[in-house]
Parts: sequence; structure tokens; C-alpha cells
Amino acid sequence: MTAMLDISGLTASIGDKPILKGIDLSVPAGEIHAIMGPNGSGKSTLGYVLAGREDYEVTGGTVTFEGQDMLAMAPEARAAAGLFLAFQAPIELPGVNNANFLRTALNAIRRAHGEDELDAVQFLKFARAEMKRLSMDGEMLKRNVNVGFSGGEKKRNEVLQMALLRPRFAVLDETDSGLDIDALRIVAEGVNALRGPNFSALVVTHHQRLLDHLVPHRVHVLAQGRIIRSGGPELAKELEKNGYSAVLAEAA
Amino acid sequence: MNAISDTGAAGFLARFAAMQGRLPGDSTLRLAAANAFRSLGLPGATRGRRVEAWKYTSLQALGGMSFRAGAATAPAAKGIVFVDGRFQSGTEKNFARFADRADFGELSWPDRDPMAALNTMLAEDGAIFQIPAGIDAGLVHLTHIGTDGASAHPRQTIRLGAGARMTLIETMSGSGCYLHNPVTEAHVADGALLTHIRIQADAPAAFHLATLYVAVAAGGTYDGFTLNTGARLTRTEIHASLNGPGAVAHLNGAQLLSGSQHADFTSVARHAAPKGTSRQTVKNVLAGQSRGVFQGRIEVARGAQGTDGYQMNRALLLSPDAEIDTKPELEIFADDVKCSHGATIGELDAEQIFYLRSRGIPDSEARAMLVRAFLAEALDPVTNDTARELLEDAVARWWEGQAA
Amino acid sequence: MSAVNETLDTVRSVTESGYKWGFETNIEMDVAPKGLTPDTIRMISARKEEPSWMLDWRLRAFEAWLKMEEPHWARVDHPRIDYQDIHYYAAPKKKDGPKSLDEVDPELLAMYEKLGIPLKERAILAGVEGADEAPQRQIAVDAVFDSVSVATTFRESLAKVGVIFCPISEAIREHPDLVKQYIGSVVPVADNYFAALNSAVFTDGSFVFIPKGVRCPMELSTYFRINTKNTGQFERTLIIAEAGSHVSYLEGCTAPQRDENQLHAAVVELVAMEDASIKYSTVQNWYPGDANGKGGIYNFVTKRGACLGDRSKISWTQVETGSAITWKYPSCVLHGVDSVGEFYSVAVTTNHQQADTGTKMIHIGKGSRSTIISKGISAGQSNNTYRGLVKIMPSASGARNFTQCDSLLIGENCGAHTVPYIESRNPSAKVEHEATTSKIDEDKLFYCRQRGMSEEDAVNLIVNGFCKEVLKELPMEFAVEAQKLLAVSLEGSVG
Repeated sequence: MTAMLDISGLTASIGDKPILKGIDLSVPAGEIHAIMGPNGSGKSTLGYVLAGREDYEVTGGTVTFEGQDMLAMAPEARAAAGLFLAFQAPIELPGVNNANFLRTALNAIRRAHGEDELDAVQFLKFARAEMKRLSMDGEMLKRNVNVGFSGGEKKRNEVLQMALLRPRFAVLDETDSGLDIDALRIVAEGVNALRGPNFSALVVTHHQRLLDHLVPHRVHVLAQGRIIRSGGPELAKELEKNGYSAVLAEAA
Repeated sequence: MNAISDTGAAGFLARFAAMQGRLPGDSTLRLAAANAFRSLGLPGATRGRRVEAWKYTSLQALGGMSFRAGAATAPAAKGIVFVDGRFQSGTEKNFARFADRADFGELSWPDRDPMAALNTMLAEDGAIFQIPAGIDAGLVHLTHIGTDGASAHPRQTIRLGAGARMTLIETMSGSGCYLHNPVTEAHVADGALLTHIRIQADAPAAFHLATLYVAVAAGGTYDGFTLNTGARLTRTEIHASLNGPGAVAHLNGAQLLSGSQHADFTSVARHAAPKGTSRQTVKNVLAGQSRGVFQGRIEVARGAQGTDGYQMNRALLLSPDAEIDTKPELEIFADDVKCSHGATIGELDAEQIFYLRSRGIPDSEARAMLVRAFLAEALDPVTNDTARELLEDAVARWWEGQAA
Repeated sequence: MSAVNETLDTVRSVTESGYKWGFETNIEMDVAPKGLTPDTIRMISARKEEPSWMLDWRLRAFEAWLKMEEPHWARVDHPRIDYQDIHYYAAPKKKDGPKSLDEVDPELLAMYEKLGIPLKERAILAGVEGADEAPQRQIAVDAVFDSVSVATTFRESLAKVGVIFCPISEAIREHPDLVKQYIGSVVPVADNYFAALNSAVFTDGSFVFIPKGVRCPMELSTYFRINTKNTGQFERTLIIAEAGSHVSYLEGCTAPQRDENQLHAAVVELVAMEDASIKYSTVQNWYPGDANGKGGIYNFVTKRGACLGDRSKISWTQVETGSAITWKYPSCVLHGVDSVGEFYSVAVTTNHQQADTGTKMIHIGKGSRSTIISKGISAGQSNNTYRGLVKIMPSASGARNFTQCDSLLIGENCGAHTVPYIESRNPSAKVEHEATTSKIDEDKLFYCRQRGMSEEDAVNLIVNGFCKEVLKELPMEFAVEAQKLLAVSLEGSVG
């Protein structure tokens, strides 16, 4: 079976500074992989490069998403193809309310798939149902996107967006950081709800905690722009217990 | 010569005609300046079209006055001392006199700025500093003293070589009715740092009309602060140009006015190169029938991407007859910029006064505390200890004068 | 979808150029010869069957105008305007004014239909969002075509509550006492060059009178259309709100696409008595000229409101997307104790457009308050300037002003400028001013695109968010229209 996402020899830099120094990673359909690693190892950069952020320059390698050359695609085309990035620091959009934002995004993706757009009433019905399922307050739709949200609210908002846009591949960039147990459960449930043979995810995290709720198929350790070790879920437990130093020393 | 031509602009032109042959430096430059001054006149005192740059300040009072050239001496003071615009005493390693080395510089606009024209026409002397590359000239005191009946037009040039440093503290004071009309130009080369503190406490009947031109090269910093407490009429006009990438200019100031004083702080920070930073906070405390004016413009030229400009003007009105006129301007021709300005005008915060009183502090003391707090904040940008102490003293003196 | 949107879409589908309102209507016109002399003014006054006091007033204005100079302090550049090369009067040929819609030239009705203006007396549904919640509202319309008002709707139902809504030319004949008392009382004839010109040659415009205690039962609106070549439009609007009354008024403007510049110099005067409130909204979409800066309307407008009564309120909201040059400063003179002035503005400039716009808030009354929210968006090679004055007179104890001016730059060849004047002569007054200038945040754009939006959609979303504080002040029907207008105006300026 071919992988849903296939990264091969990927290198990228910001300005003149190389960050990713050759990433090889394959995520088969239906699997959840975790990426762990010390600060500054390139975890967030990997997420941004996959989503197509322009200030990160891809200097080599390929990324294939369901057979398509993803590096050639605009950010919105990647989103339409089913890629979702949950931002580590979600962006605030003053004056843009959540409902309008989500409907515009959802309809853009539906258009790309040749589906009918949802009108305001259909959209609200759909959004309210999803929010209920995620036990979120409907008021959130009326507020401006992430403006004045607490850290936890911003992360929940990312999960809500994911639930509504129904991606085929989600990259969660430290979505668990700074969350209490309840919020953590919402994030995990949001991902678990999408789990299935046609959904994969890359979960970037520092902690074992999230992985208790979201048991991954594989765990990869990223350090200095390279994956230095891969293993099963037990690798995360080992890292939690012994820290990164042992793994780093082993790789050096 | 008849009596009328002795006053106002005509008086200055007559003096120029009389002294012309004896003035140092390029005479064609002086003639051109005299011609410019003849057509520009004294804003508000000369008939003709109103000039936007002088919207809130009129020199009408100067129109009926006449001044003599400097001649007096004054008691010795710290550092380099000028009396009525002429050198009196002091030595400093990198110092020269304009009278010996007439350096008109390159930055001034006598054809456009009437006060620069007047100075260019009549300048006899002034301080010239040239700090070689890489040298730290340390702290230099420059004192200006005015005497009754004189008009002083000192011409000053400060040139810092690459990586050089200098802290220049200028203090201005005097007695009687006189005009102090300095033009100062400062060149800050790559990576150099000029800290320029001006403490203007001219005599209550004096006129202070200063123009500063500043050019900052790549990575250089001009850190300026002007405190105006003296003179019946003050205009501080600053033109700072950030010419090299990463240049920094601070154009801070405070004006403390009472009686019928009028002080105008006008500045332009021009970002001509990418990634420059300009910062400006100007505070006004206005008592009596005084009038404060702030006109500040941030200009960002096409191509000056990555500019960071900030400007804040605050005014505290302590009396029902005081007035503030503020015009902060942004003129922006590049898109990748972060520029903002703000202005706040009001009296002391009633809730703060109440809070202090509820803790047992009498009303007058509570007010004094809050005004001093407002002023202390104005001095925040000054980091040099000596300069800060001098400024704090000047502020305290002003405040004591109010209480009396 | 609202009727306004439907008609807007219709307009879009019938035109193909960048400016969607650029069609011309072929109607037989009665046009005055070019040039401006006292005879031109007499001719206009005679056509309007005006009383002699009105003619005298016009001639006095003309005398004053001759002695004045065209102002040049605004940041706008244009070739010299030849005031003798303009037609000062153009009207559809017809002997008497139309008595009802049935008498209006069907070509004209068709044009307004094209513009999406609901001349027919029918209700208009509210905007998209919250369509289920909004009550159905009615709008009365006065349509001004070149120099004359061609139709005013809902007049009878308005008359029942005592509201007068009619062309000002008719008001001069039918309500001379009211007009005589108030015309020129807020904007004196010699206030400025363009106001003096307008006072001499104004041809039509709307007149509104809301009697004591009446809340006008529907939105009033005027649509202005310049159609004839080389014609200037000089409309004059006068709105009087008696004590305790309330009215919301909206104007919309369009013009055909032409290579030469056309002059529009309007005067709007508002008078609000005790406890009265006037809300005046503008969606200005005059032809802005082509991508190379050829053609377009010169829009030199004087708008001022007097809050005469205590607790009176005047609120200006404007969305300015059109015109080659906009020179406009809707202002409030706050005489009344606790009176309120507001100015909400969105100004978009693209290509070679120049906008110099802002407001004046003159605080005279105790406790008077004003709010200024200005959002400028510059793209292309355009220049967009906010220019404003907040003046606190010594009598205005406890006055308050808050001003927020934000500018957004799209592209590196445009300019954004902020020129506020603040003058305070009362220590108990509190004035706060904030201004920012920046470009569209790359992080915001990326965030939206990651969620699937195209760059253009993302820019529209962010720009609409940037303007939200202003757009929410518009009557709902027009907020939706204005949002679409912003999107259309910025088309092609991204990337």
C-alpha cells in the first residue's frame, strides 16, 4: 500500500539558515504518526513547509500527497486537497468573525471539490452540530477569529476548524501545549473523531500526555533537521522517561 | 537709515548689510541666504501667504523689535561657553570655532526655512565638533548665555566618524530680552552614536528659535532630547533623515510652560533607507495662559521597507486658559512598514487624584505628585546619568517656580 | 439574497469592464450651453421656477466665488479645471416634472433598475447574515439624474407622519420658509471655493424635514447619477431634524465611464435640534478613471452638520471607493450640550485614484462628544490621505474625542498619509488620537490560505475585517452592498 504522504530528502531554510536537512518520512493512509524532538529541531518548520508558507524556502527533496507533487501547490490548493495545519500560535483576525471565516473557508474547499456552497443557514446548522459534539460554546462563532481568545480557546478553535473542514491529513503543531486536561481531551477527541482508513495525521508534541489519548502508530524523533530515530508508541514513553539526551547521544 | 527699517526682518537685513565684509566663510552662501530671508521674512510678522509649517506660531512680536550683535561677557561656566553666540571660554579636544573654520555644513535649507536663512546670513561663531572614527569623545558640556538686547545666531556642526560616540549637553540661559537663533547640524556616520541633550531655560523675555538638521548613516543612532522651560517664545525645529539601513533616531522632548509662554516643537523624521527606526515622545505641561504646539511628521520614502516609526504626543493642561495644538503626521510611500502615532490631551485624572486623597494625601499634594510623575515619565528615554540629573534639576526648578 | 445584491449581480452581468456602473443612458437631454456667467445662474433659477430671493442668494454666492481661489492644500494633483468648459445644467427633456413613477421616462427607470435602485415601492430584504432575524424594511428613494430629481418614492406614506422628502427644487417652491431659514446656515455661501460654486449653480438634491418627535418610519435615500458628457453635478441636500426626531439617510453615486474628468461639487447641510439624531450614510462609487488614471470624477464635496440642540446627534458614515479625486470632510459643529458627532469612514484607492478625506469636529457645547474612525486602504499607484481637525473651544468643558485612523497598504507603489490637527483650549476636555499604518499581515494571509481560501478571498476577508467597525454603522442592506463594493474595487490589486 502506498503512503498518503511521502516526504523524501526534504531540505528547507529560512533566509540563509538551513533548518530541515533531509527529512524522509512516509505516513500511510489511516495512520497517526507523532513527531517529537527538542526545541529548535525543525518540528514547526516541517509543518509550515508542508502547508506551503512562503518565507520557508524548500531547497531540495519532494513531498508527495496522494500521488500529487505538493510542493508545486499554493497553500489554498493544499488545503483543498485535504491538508490541515493546526497552528502552534493561531493567528488573530480582527473584525473577521469565526462564522464568516469558517464559511468562507469551507465554501472555498467545497468549490474546489465541485460541491455546492453552503448558505448561511445550512452552515450555521452544520457548525452548531459540530460544536455541540465537541462540547464547545456556540458563542464562539460570533467572536472575531482568535481575537481575545485564551490560549486554550485558540487551540479549541483550531480543532473546531479541523472538524468542519474535514481534512484527510492533519498536522497538529504542538496543539497540546499549554492545555489543561479537559482541553487536551477535546483536542484528542477532535482527532479521534476523524480517524478512519482515509485519514492520517502528524502530531507534533513535546509530551507523552497527548499520545495517551491519541495512540500513534509510529513515533519519530526530529533533531537538528533530521529524523534520528523512529519506533512504535513505546518510543514516546522511553523519551518521556529518559529525555532526549540518550537518543541524541546514540545518534551522534 | 530710518527707524522702521531697524526693526523686524528689515533690522536683521540692515545688520547683515553693515557686517557683510567681516563675516567668516563663503560670502555667496550668505548673500543667497539674505535673499531667501528677504522673501521668506519672519513668519507671522511679514505680510503674505500663511505658511503651513508655521500654522500655530507667529513671530509677530519680533516684527517690532531690534537687536544688536553680541558684545557682552558672562561669568565662567562648565565646559565650552558661548555668550550672545560668540565663543568666550573652554577647551575640548575635538572642538573648533566656527569663526575660525566656517563650516556651514550640507544639511540646512536656508532657501526654505526662514530661521535657517536668518542664521546663515548672520552667524559669526559657533561650536564645531569633529569626532574621528572609533573615538569615544565622552561627555561634553556646551553653555549658551544670552544678554539683554542681543541676537545670537550660533552655527554648530557635529560630525561623528564611523563608530564614534559623544554625549553633548547644551544648556541655554540668560537675562533680559534677546534672541537665540542657533542652527545645528549633526552627522552620525555608520554605527556611531550621538546623544544630544538640550536644556533650554532662556530668560522669560527671550526668544528661542532653534533649527536642527540630523543625518544618520547605516546603523548609526541619533538620540536627542530637548527640554524647553524658558523663553517667551520657543520654536524647536528638527529635521532628521535616516539615510542608511538600520539607522535610528530618537527625537524626544518635553515642554513645561506657564504664564503666556508659547513653545512649538516641530519635527520631521524622514526614513530614506530600509529598516530604520524612529522614536518620538514629546510631553507638554501647560499652566497659565501658555500655549504648546507639537507638529511631528514621520515620512517614509518609496523603498524604505521595514521602517519602524512611532510617535507620541501627550499634553497635560493645568489651567482653563492653556492651549495645545497638535498635528502628528504620517506620510508613507512604502508598504512593508510599521508606523503609528498617538496623541492624548487632558487634565489630571480625577480618579487618580481621588485615589491619592482617599489615602490621606491633600488635594494640592496629590496634584503635584501626578504632575511630577507625568514629567518623570517624559525623562524616561534619557539614560545618561549626568544628563538625567541636569534635566531632573531643571524640571524641579520649573515646578518650584510654579508652586511659588 | 437581498434585492440589493440581486440587482448588483444583474449590473455585474450586464457590464464587463472593471467599473461595473459605467454604462451610459440614451435620453434626450435639455442641456445649458457651456460656461458660467450670471446668465447661466438666471437660466438655472428660471428653469427651476425659483422665487427671486433664491436667485439673489445664488448671485451673491457667484460674486463671492469670483473673488475666491481654488484651494490647493489637499494632497491631490489635477490639471487646472476650466470652469467655463462645463455644462452647469442638464435635464431629461420633458415639459413638466413627473407627477408619479408612471410618468417617468422608461429609459430612466430602466437605468435605475440596472443600478439596482429600488424605485418601485417595495420592501427590501435584509442582508445575507442573519436574514432570518431582520425585520423587513422599506426605503424611500429620491433619484437625481444629472441636474434634476426624476423620481421620489414613498412620498405619500411619509407625508402621513409629517415627513417631507422631496427634491430641493420643489422645496424651494413649496416650503420656502424652511429652505430660506436653513439653507446656507451650516455651510455659508462663501465657506470655501467649491461650496460657493455649488451655492451659485446647484441644480437639485434632496430636502428632508422631520417634524418634532417623529421617528422617520423608513430609510431615506438618494441616488445620484451623472450621465451627460462634460456636465458638472452640483447637488444640494438639506436635512432638518426637529426636536426629538430621528432619520437615517443614505446616498449612493455612480457615473458612466468617460475619458475626460467630470466635476462633482455638492453641499450637504444637516441641522439637528434638541434630542434629534441624523444618520447620514454614503456609498460613493463615482467612476474612478481607468487603470492609467484617465478620466474619472473630481469629487469636491462640502458636508457639514450642526448639532444645534442639546443631546442632538449627527453621525456620518462613508464608504468611498470611487472618484479620481475625493476631497471631502463631513464635519460636525457641536453646539448643543452633550451633543454627539460621529464620523466613520472607509476610503479605498487603487490605480491612480487620490483621496483626501476626513472630518472636522468642532466642540462648542459642554459635554459634547465625538468619535472618529477612519480606515484607509491604498493599492496600485494611489494616494490616500486622512485629514481631520478636532477643535475644543474654551466653552466645551468635559468634551471628549476619540480618534482612530488606520491605513492599510497593498503594494509598494502607493501612499498612505495621516494629517490630524488637534486643538484644545479646555483642560477638562479629553482628546485621544491613535493612528497606525501597515501592510496586510503575511501571517494572516497564510492562515486564511491554509484554510483553503484564495489569496484574493483572503485579502477581501482581512480588508473587510479591517473595515468592520465602519461597515457595521451602515444600514444593513447597504453594509452588504458596501462589502461587495470593497471586493470589486480591490479586484486585481493583489499579487
